[in-house]
Amino acid sequence: MKQQRLGAWIAFVVGTLYFIVPLIGTFEFSLRLKRGEYSFEAYRVVLTDPKFLASFGYSTLMALITIVIGIVLVVPTAYWIQLRLPKLRPLVEFITLLPLVMPAIIIVFGYLRLYNSSSLIPLTANARSTDLLLAFSYVTLALPYMYRAVETGMRAIDVRTLTEAGEILGASMVTILFKVIFPNVRVAILSGAFLTFATVIGEFTMASLLNRPAFGPYLQLIGANRAYEPSALAIIAFLVTWACMGLINVFGQARQPKRA
Amino acid sequence: MTAIDTTPPLPAEPGPVPEPFAARTKGMSIGPQAWAWIGVTPFFVFALMFLLIPTLYLVIGAFQDADGNFTLGNLGDLFTPTILAAYWISIKVSVASAVLGALIGFFLAYSVVLGGLPAWLRPTLMTFSGVASNFAGLPLAFAFLATLGRTGLVTVLLRDLLGFNLYSTGFNLLSFWGLTLTYLYFQIPLMVLILTPALDGLKKEWREASEILGASTKQYWTMVALPVLFPSVMGATLLLFANSFGAIATAYALTGSSLNIVTILLYAQIRGDVLHNQNLGYALALGMILITGVSNGTYIWLRGRAERWMR
Amino acid sequence: MPFLEISDVRKQFGPNVVVKGFDLAIEQGEFVSFLGPSGCGKTTVLRMVAGFENPTAGRILIDGKDVTTLRPNQRNVGMVFQAYALFPNMTVADNVAFGLKVAKRPAEEVKARVDEMLNMIKLPQLATRYPYQCSGGQQQRVALARALAHKPKVLLLDEPLSALDAKIRVSLREEIRALQRTLGITTIFVTHDQEEALSVSDRIVVMNEGKADQVGTPFEIYNNPATRFVANFVGTLSVLKGKVVDASSGKIQIGRHEIVASRRMFKGNPGDPCSVALRPEAAVLENGHDHAAAKPNGANGNGVLRNRIGGTVDDVHFLGSVVRIKVKVEDDAISLDTFNNPNTTPPQRGAPVTVSFTPADVLVLEGA
Repeated sequence: MKQQRLGAWIAFVVGTLYFIVPLIGTFEFSLRLKRGEYSFEAYRVVLTDPKFLASFGYSTLMALITIVIGIVLVVPTAYWIQLRLPKLRPLVEFITLLPLVMPAIIIVFGYLRLYNSSSLIPLTANARSTDLLLAFSYVTLALPYMYRAVETGMRAIDVRTLTEAGEILGASMVTILFKVIFPNVRVAILSGAFLTFATVIGEFTMASLLNRPAFGPYLQLIGANRAYEPSALAIIAFLVTWACMGLINVFGQARQPKRA
Repeated sequence: MTAIDTTPPLPAEPGPVPEPFAARTKGMSIGPQAWAWIGVTPFFVFALMFLLIPTLYLVIGAFQDADGNFTLGNLGDLFTPTILAAYWISIKVSVASAVLGALIGFFLAYSVVLGGLPAWLRPTLMTFSGVASNFAGLPLAFAFLATLGRTGLVTVLLRDLLGFNLYSTGFNLLSFWGLTLTYLYFQIPLMVLILTPALDGLKKEWREASEILGASTKQYWTMVALPVLFPSVMGATLLLFANSFGAIATAYALTGSSLNIVTILLYAQIRGDVLHNQNLGYALALGMILITGVSNGTYIWLRGRAERWMR
Repeated sequence: MPFLEISDVRKQFGPNVVVKGFDLAIEQGEFVSFLGPSGCGKTTVLRMVAGFENPTAGRILIDGKDVTTLRPNQRNVGMVFQAYALFPNMTVADNVAFGLKVAKRPAEEVKARVDEMLNMIKLPQLATRYPYQCSGGQQQRVALARALAHKPKVLLLDEPLSALDAKIRVSLREEIRALQRTLGITTIFVTHDQEEALSVSDRIVVMNEGKADQVGTPFEIYNNPATRFVANFVGTLSVLKGKVVDASSGKIQIGRHEIVASRRMFKGNPGDPCSVALRPEAAVLENGHDHAAAKPNGANGNGVLRNRIGGTVDDVHFLGSVVRIKVKVEDDAISLDTFNNPNTTPPQRGAPVTVSFTPADVLVLEGA
């Protein structure tokens, strides 16, 4: 048993080193803007850059829109599939797996061809509708995670029995949906939402090809032109991702009833 | 059953909710089933418009020429040296990062699940894996440039502390191996996340049963544990492969156009028709769809197999 | 010379002493059950015999050989687990063949033995199926075949029937016993189900809190329990509160009644509280109305002294072949079993009745 324990420790330590060292390296690099001394100058430059605020704000807004659209699409669907249309489940699962199977670049390529100015639904005609198209592409990207999170949450609370209990007590369908189902899958929705947020903030391919001023393209621009600011941005991006995951965990633990 | 059954019949399997519900829905006597169909329509419309049809459009476009006639010419054009080379490099990077990611991820997952390490290490690893598997794209490229680039921290430390000049050995972050190494940053955590539940599924009793039947540790692993884990490990490796094949942002920021992988090529094509043939872009896309489709499809099939055995 | 000896074995996990000084000698071919509630240490002792736990103190000998420090794969012992533990990646036949393949037996020998085992458990048709395609009962029988295929010296079963349906539990335990008799293999069977232990064992070890309270045949354990725990755990027991009147003559006061107990008398002083325990099949119902005028020592037709206590019928449970009647007596209740008789209706709730039993039927236990 002893040598097995030693091997495990070695694997764990090596893994940890591999993951921590780049973070340390990035942080250290980001402090080097001022020649000869460590300072947070790079962060100051980045955070006061109007383009940073504009693109981060844009991406945040897009993330929120994506989350809303995602919830509106996913939650009722998961509910109805569980309750009334179980036969459609394999089809829905297949659909939600497609975005995982197909790379983002393929998806947005398809949009560009299908919805450009000369097609039936010219979504790239102006900035606002392109924003909408970008939102839809983000929704597609986030769909697998959103759906999986919400579906698991619904399965855990046994939607069918709750609905029947609500009906026996005299509630209408709307009441049940809003007063019974939604509150109970709030945690699952939140978890899907945070994952979506993390995905959208960092996304590059779709925003770049659709020519929208999102955070991803901004990162690319900085990366191509500056030396130290990209590292500062990388640290900021990492912190945002970490915060999102952390919040998912926090909300996940808080609502978990202890199993008897 | 021929015995006389006098017990009252059991309640039927919970089926659709009975009629009174329909009456309660404001005035309109639409049946409950109809409400369900209305409820799921937006989802299916969305899926059609933004998933299925765009993909189909690309696939069909791959078989058309500039005037819209059916042709296999685009597929044939895929076999030019530049494009074949692009596919080949993509496949190489993907295989390398998938296999390495799978191996390292396996040992990492094994160490926290079965390796006898303190229990608190596992949730820490899981959380970190969740974060790291999402930390891809441009920030990741920046991070590795800052660490292993020519003036990166590790490069500098190795030179100053150990007198070891990394770049003189021929290593270059902006290369095939540099990209693979960078990709591992999200591939390994993904493997850990997928494999940990599978390792959990290795029941302790199987180990004990094999031991009491006379098997050594090696025999247990070769005859029981690895075969049981195979679908999960293989499936996860395929997922890693497809994940790497479809990635672009990291490569774009790191190696730019110096390493001509398929996604970079496609990106350039979409932006500026560098191939001077619209439909060739579709063919490129089709090739990608096929490769990632087969890879992920096999992953899903293997996952189903693994779940069935565990029932 | 006993075949399997567990000698003064102790097991401690940190500050927790889970098994305290356990001693047992099992003869070749004996079927011994370890019976007790969860946490009593029965599984721990079994696992020490298997080799999955090492005793903190004591020795284990199989066929004269000290195996205490041997790994499980060196002991030539067979084990059946509660959760079947069949290898999911192998067919039933491959599962059964596992022990032989590991020992590198020649292929024809393996095939012949597997066929023999599958015939023994009467499931030859399942040979090419996978575990997930078999029912729980079938899986457990395959597990049994797998454990016995490589001809171990001892067979260990760790609550093998707990995960199965009631009907299958009964038929499978009989099958296990029949198989064990045919093969003559020394067996330890761990269970928390006292009916199971009583029905199949040569001897039972009743365990409580890490030690063996009593070791004996099912008949002994049931009829002459050594401690209050054993009396309560094995079978049903009605317990009445009483006071010692006179230890030497065996007189005990229960409420307004006085009864005589002829055995298991604990030495108590007059006035000491005690418990009077009675098995349901020992109590007999007599229709009587004068429970006010209790006549404890009325002799029946054969001249045998019987105790009599009056009470009211509280509830009647029709269990099929047995009718269990609950009679309220003083502040307590007596459960009384009679066989179903289609020609007699059971008494009504609230009916006044008399319960009678012989002095020898009474178990007197210390304390209230």
